[in-house]
Amino acid sequence: MSRARPRIDADAQPRSDTPGAFVSPSPMRRVWRRFRAQRLGYWSLVVFIAAFVTSLAGPLWSNDKPLVVRYDGKLYFPLVKAYAETAFGGDFPTPADYLDPYVRHRFHLPGNFAIYPVNHYYYDTLNYFSKAPNPAPPSSENWLGTDQQGRDVFARLLYGFRVSVEFAFVLTFIGSVLGIVAGAVQGYFGGGIDILGQRLIEIWSALPELYLLIIFASIFEPSFVLLIVLLSLFGWIGLSDYVRAEFLRNRTQDYVRAARAMGLSNWQIIWRHVLPNSLTPVITFLPFRMSGAILALTSLDFLGLGVPPPTPSLGELLAEGKANLDAWWISVATFGVLVATLLLLTFMGDALRNALDTRIADAMRAGGNQ
Amino acid sequence: MSATPMHETRLDHGLNAEPLLSIERLRVAFGETVAVRDLTLAIARGERVALVGESGSGKTVTALAILRLLSDADVSGVIRFAGQDLATKSEREMRGLRGSDIAMIFQEPMTALNPLYSIGEQIAETIVAHDGAPASEARRRAIDLLARTGIGEPEKRVTSYPHQLSGGQRQRAMIAMALACRPRLLLADEPTTALDVTIRAQIVDLLLELQEEEAAKRGMAVLIITHDLNLVRRFAQRVAVMEQGVLVETGPVERIFAEPRHPYTRHLIESRPRRAVHPVSPHAPTLLEARDVSVTYRTRLPGIGGWFRAGRFAAVSGVSLTVRQGETLGIVGESGSGKSTLAMALLGLQRTSQGAIEFQGRSISSYRGREQTLLRSNVQVVFQDPFSSLSPRHTIERIVGEGLALHRPQLDAAARRDKVVAMLREVGIDRTALARYPHEFSGGQRQRIAIARALVLEPRLLVLDEPTSALDVSIQQQVLALLTGLQHKYNLGFVFISHDLAVIGAMAHRVLVMHDGAIVESGDVEKIFANPAHSYTQKLVVASMQG
Repeated sequence: MSRARPRIDADAQPRSDTPGAFVSPSPMRRVWRRFRAQRLGYWSLVVFIAAFVTSLAGPLWSNDKPLVVRYDGKLYFPLVKAYAETAFGGDFPTPADYLDPYVRHRFHLPGNFAIYPVNHYYYDTLNYFSKAPNPAPPSSENWLGTDQQGRDVFARLLYGFRVSVEFAFVLTFIGSVLGIVAGAVQGYFGGGIDILGQRLIEIWSALPELYLLIIFASIFEPSFVLLIVLLSLFGWIGLSDYVRAEFLRNRTQDYVRAARAMGLSNWQIIWRHVLPNSLTPVITFLPFRMSGAILALTSLDFLGLGVPPPTPSLGELLAEGKANLDAWWISVATFGVLVATLLLLTFMGDALRNALDTRIADAMRAGGNQ
Repeated sequence: MSATPMHETRLDHGLNAEPLLSIERLRVAFGETVAVRDLTLAIARGERVALVGESGSGKTVTALAILRLLSDADVSGVIRFAGQDLATKSEREMRGLRGSDIAMIFQEPMTALNPLYSIGEQIAETIVAHDGAPASEARRRAIDLLARTGIGEPEKRVTSYPHQLSGGQRQRAMIAMALACRPRLLLADEPTTALDVTIRAQIVDLLLELQEEEAAKRGMAVLIITHDLNLVRRFAQRVAVMEQGVLVETGPVERIFAEPRHPYTRHLIESRPRRAVHPVSPHAPTLLEARDVSVTYRTRLPGIGGWFRAGRFAAVSGVSLTVRQGETLGIVGESGSGKSTLAMALLGLQRTSQGAIEFQGRSISSYRGREQTLLRSNVQVVFQDPFSSLSPRHTIERIVGEGLALHRPQLDAAARRDKVVAMLREVGIDRTALARYPHEFSGGQRQRIAIARALVLEPRLLVLDEPTSALDVSIQQQVLALLTGLQHKYNLGFVFISHDLAVIGAMAHRVLVMHDGAIVESGDVEKIFANPAHSYTQKLVVASMQG
């Protein structure tokens, strides 16, 4: 924690004890250092990123198509190209079903081989050759069992996690940008613009979000994009208030007045001086906004208002778990993933908040100075 | 709680065998930083002791350590109050002691008073908590106390909320609160720093009078914490000087001021602003001229009338002034007198409701576009608070170079950096500062950087809005010397705004005295300070002489 301010005014001699090449860490770097010093939050970030990257790489290791096939001396790459079953000695010109015992048998003939992913299922794979009734309990074939349609729960969780996090990223990004813009304009210009903006926001936030979602879900085909648009319409309001307050505070600071005296334009002042100093709430809220977005998507999916089937989704899995209470592996696994994700985000948020909180340093200063 | 244990400790104060408060080898550390080391100090009954030092010297921390109000610090050493070791007391016993036997007055009365309660309730709260008096009696005593501290109409004021009082009245209320339970030791932490000079003198008089009265009755001692040497000279009997957490010298007031032994004490006493202004050439052209400038704000009228029309509040009314090249025009006034508003108007950043401001013979409102940009580089400003005047997220190079990038677009990055380095060297900051951020610099260094930012554009006129008020005295002197040097070198015109007559006296050629938005007196500094004509100026001069 580098919060030691030079407390004694060594004014006459500017410090020259460091060589000329010295580059001091920027404020953002110092925040990052403080963040890294908090083990729980830092490792949550590492685990979260690792999990997300793993889920992004899902097609490479959880897929119903082999990565590489060598058949009759030729190499095939089913991941990138669809091959007909006839290519592997089948009878029909339909796309090959690589889980078909006949096809798998052909791959085992001398000279042929097929490298399968670790998990043999894609999120929408139906295993027509499974012996267990659906939903099937966890086994070596289906690590976390299958759902009532026979799809692999592990694969659905993996891709569901990916969809959720991607959704959260997009929603958080759009919401933050809108919130910053709305808050910045109100806070920087103040006066009439501020009053007008506040009243508009009050009216806007009085619209019942959930009803709108239900209405729109019945008019349009629910889709990822529609959900993003609808949730973005309302997601920026809370943040804009914080940004507005920061702008209201920072625009009266002397460095802003000095910038005005220097002749900078409003846009330059906002962009260079006020905005960088007003981002604390934005950054602090990022993980919490992400967990909020994930929860929103999950609950909409649970209610059936979310992404259309067969898109993998945590909410849809929860609903299925609720419908099949005896198939405990569905609900337990989904619940676990959801809890872990939200916990990681919360830990990150806490650490980030502590890293950005300068009150500790301020308190020390208050105790030591007049 | 019952009041009896407290009264038992109140022994006869006639026997002055042992000191009221004795601090032995006090050491306070926050983590790695040691705020106070090896401080040994004793205060006798009825004594007035001043703890003097610059910011960060550990004065306040010492006071808080006496009250055991430092929660996250390592405190070691012995603090005895009336013979009892405070470290061995339970938190409950300490609570009984705080406010009752040892009371504290804080620097900023606005934040030290709770805005949600009337001052009467806050005073009564202490009385009820420590003496267990019934509410009606507590209220009566609160009124008495307010009357004693010189607040007019105490029966009415007792129901006032802090925001309804002026700064001086709030500080009086704070003192009334501190005296509520007849403390034996009063810790006053910079009790006058946040107040205007004329109010300061009144508060010091009040403290002095109350202490003498209480000392005669119960031997109340006062430990006053301050950086203001005038206040010390006027109030204290004994002085303890702290430097960087170490007590360097203790002694009677007369001795310390007459023959300071420690070099730091000598340095402190000698660091009053010294006058070193260069005479203005009689042919110097006029840089800035303002005629009859007024700035008015709309305010809400009370009652139903406020729904239909707005009231007008004149922050600045009918001010005329001129500044010539190489000249410093001082503007002196108390808080709320419209000094800073006038400065913003002179910079063209505040809309005026009437009057004309001309820079080099041309109205500043007639500058447009490219010319206006040029005007901006000709009139620059330095603000009071070195902590908020530099953007915390930019490097020093960027802060100082920003104006160059805007006004001298023909310079490339290397030329710009050379100019920045040269300017920084001029203000006494070396080039290692370039890649650093403002938080790494002390207040005085930051103020130097702010001066560099203003001067790198080679302005003709510099508006200095209380440039040294947030700095310690010795640093203040250095910055003032720097400014005088730069003025002479570049032949700059200064508009120097301050509430501190000593600073204005050291810096200015001519001075304007502002009161309630208007100029009450103007003329040559020496003449005005020697023979103030207006009653307000007289009051100011008298108050600043006695601190």
